[in-house]
Amino acid sequence: MTAADAAQAAAAAVAGGPGDAAAGATSGGASGGGGGCRTSSRLERVLREGHFAVTCEIGPPQSSKSEGILKHASVLKDYSDGQNLTDNQTAIVRLCSLAAAVHVIRAGGEPIMQMTARDRNRIAIQSDILGAASLGVRNILCLAGDHQTFGNHPGARNVHDLDSLQMVQMVRAMRDEKKFQCGDQIKSHEPRMFVGAAANPFGDPFEFRVRRLAKKIAAGAEFIQTQCIFDMDRFEKWMRMVRDEGLDEKVFILAGITPVKSDKALKYIRTVPGMKVPDELIKRMEGAADKKAEGVNIAVEMIQRLKEIKGVHGVHIMAIAWESIVPEIVERAGLYPRPKVEVEEPAEAEVAVG
Amino acid sequence: MSTLASKEPEAAAEPVEDGAAAGAAEDRAMPAEAAETGAAETGAAGGTGSSHPDFEPKIVAFCCYYCAYSAADLAGSMRLQYPANIRIIEVPCSGKVDPVILLKAFEEGADGVYVAGCMEGDCHFLKGNFRAKRRVQAVKKILDEIGLDGRRLEMFNLSAAMGTRFAEIAEEMTERIKELGPSPVRPEASAARPATVLDGAAEQEAAGKQGEVKPE
Amino acid sequence: MIVAEPKPISEVAKLVGDSRHLLIVGCGECVTVCQVGGEKEVEVLASALRIMWKKDGRQGTIDTQTIVRQCEPEYVAELAKKVKEADCVLSLGCGVGVQFIAEAYPDKWVVPGLNTSFGGGTVQAGVWEERCGFCGDCVLHLTGGICPIIRCSKSILNGPCGGSQDGHCELDKDIPCAWQLIYDRLKGLGRLDLLDAVQPPKDWAASRDGGPRKFVKEEAMIE
Repeated sequence: MTAADAAQAAAAAVAGGPGDAAAGATSGGASGGGGGCRTSSRLERVLREGHFAVTCEIGPPQSSKSEGILKHASVLKDYSDGQNLTDNQTAIVRLCSLAAAVHVIRAGGEPIMQMTARDRNRIAIQSDILGAASLGVRNILCLAGDHQTFGNHPGARNVHDLDSLQMVQMVRAMRDEKKFQCGDQIKSHEPRMFVGAAANPFGDPFEFRVRRLAKKIAAGAEFIQTQCIFDMDRFEKWMRMVRDEGLDEKVFILAGITPVKSDKALKYIRTVPGMKVPDELIKRMEGAADKKAEGVNIAVEMIQRLKEIKGVHGVHIMAIAWESIVPEIVERAGLYPRPKVEVEEPAEAEVAVG
Repeated sequence: MSTLASKEPEAAAEPVEDGAAAGAAEDRAMPAEAAETGAAETGAAGGTGSSHPDFEPKIVAFCCYYCAYSAADLAGSMRLQYPANIRIIEVPCSGKVDPVILLKAFEEGADGVYVAGCMEGDCHFLKGNFRAKRRVQAVKKILDEIGLDGRRLEMFNLSAAMGTRFAEIAEEMTERIKELGPSPVRPEASAARPATVLDGAAEQEAAGKQGEVKPE
Repeated sequence: MIVAEPKPISEVAKLVGDSRHLLIVGCGECVTVCQVGGEKEVEVLASALRIMWKKDGRQGTIDTQTIVRQCEPEYVAELAKKVKEADCVLSLGCGVGVQFIAEAYPDKWVVPGLNTSFGGGTVQAGVWEERCGFCGDCVLHLTGGICPIIRCSKSILNGPCGGSQDGHCELDKDIPCAWQLIYDRLKGLGRLDLLDAVQPPKDWAASRDGGPRKFVKEEAMIE
């Protein structure tokens, strides 16, 4: 059974097979009843149909300029099934992910709006979700967010009114129970988003990570994007634990990959909390004549390896500040063209920004 | 030549200036403005010392009974010469010395103060000299912060057998304080001074001095 | 206990301004324990300020008094005599103490000598660490006695976040990851099951976010 077949089987299970009794009454699990999509998200469709999904990332600018986002989105839309918009990544003020997501829609893409708990309280988050959904955003990634001391406004009050799990729970309840976090009814036009969360296979305590993933699924996460992987052995170990718990059949897992341009970049990544980089990789980059090309080679090899790992449903390519390299990586990894899927329009048509 | 100071309890209350030292009072009274410049140039070495060729510093030495005080004893028996500027106060252990006492000494007009304890690792009470070291460091910082120059305070370690070293330290500190000049803290005129700082109100009334800084 | 840190002497000197009769008030409780505002520290500060004043040729008196605790009007009342003679009161109590003194003597200039920081305890001689943020809704029974609100830099209730590495927080290698500690503790107690349930969002209204708080014990009220 190839990984692609396995992915299909997993998707079928997730979509409503007998094994989909998910833990947690609050969420109702990652699947929808009857195999159907719960949103009009293209990403959800691709995953539920069993394709090996590809998502990528666009980092909004530290200005009000939209051209870069439009440019990247217009290219990346053909090479991925969803494009993440980061939310003030590393606590540096950038064009907000909500607006960036709308720009991506204008360019014909499929935005995945990232939302952190660091800067907004539950009122603002729910409000932003209503707004985003009204503008056509159909995917959300719920995160705690990097602490503000890492960014350019270290003195800012950090909010953290919710954590990422509580946010996932909240967004699912807004969609499936049509309820605000306080319990009030959303009387019409509830936001229907495909809800995701992040997972870090390299964080500590290592043995607790899988349990926490189970908790995220119980809270209602429908897809997971992991931190970028450089230590493939450790990732496979994590996946084994994930499969042992049957979690790969309850949630769609997209493994993170970042192409690096130099050994210096790899060494820097090593210093970032939550990241692990094996020595062999650094040595390989040090010895390479054309470091950029080698970085791309490594990325492509990793994706090919990921396609073979049971339980991995897709790849999330984070090429921040190097978005232009994504098409080449996707092509060389044998993932181009992207599958054509029919996206159902929801009952109430969303007005896309022209 | 110095003889041993009589054994005094570690009364921080002891005024540094004794009424009999008329000559010393003259040192004090003279360089009021020079003292200001001395204070202003905290970092300058020897800036004011040269403007006070007759300056005889008043230096208080807190000496622990087991080592430093014994070394002082030995220096005496050996008939070693060391400056008469040192007023020795015996303490059972250098660790008994509290930041308050050190500051009080300066408040009362000491130009320099040092704490002498046993060699590190040989303290009779095991860690007393380590505590003293940290406290001296902390008070040095305070002295710098308030503009008095932390170099006026120091910690030394020596053993009971080191009579020579005791004399050396006395020389060293006297030279250092001569370089730094008189303390910018102006002491009371000797006559009006209370015997101890604990005698507060009665003495001030007797002195009839309005608005003078009262030692508490 | 409440832990505070001393303001730099230069700042304190500015705060007391042109005072000619300064009263420094110490407190016999928390600030005595963390050695920033007890009787000893009051004497050290008084002496240091006197030296500064003398050095600057400034006339004035500095008196001192340390009371059992400053957060109690009965004890604050004991300051009356000395406060009357003073033109400025410098409190080395925590923020609570400063306020109680200011409230008792509203016509006196009362200033703080400390920066009050956190609720914590002694971890070793000379070292005090934050443990409690007074959130008003204690959940320590869910985390093996380790507070996720205060000890986790992000106050996460369903931790750890992705930045936990080798048992320390992404912020600083010297900050242990609270969730690593919680995990280890609950594992040792055989209660990892406590971490399965998704903890709901916290009711911050019980905390300072809900406004200044008050606690009343009816049977202790005398009138």
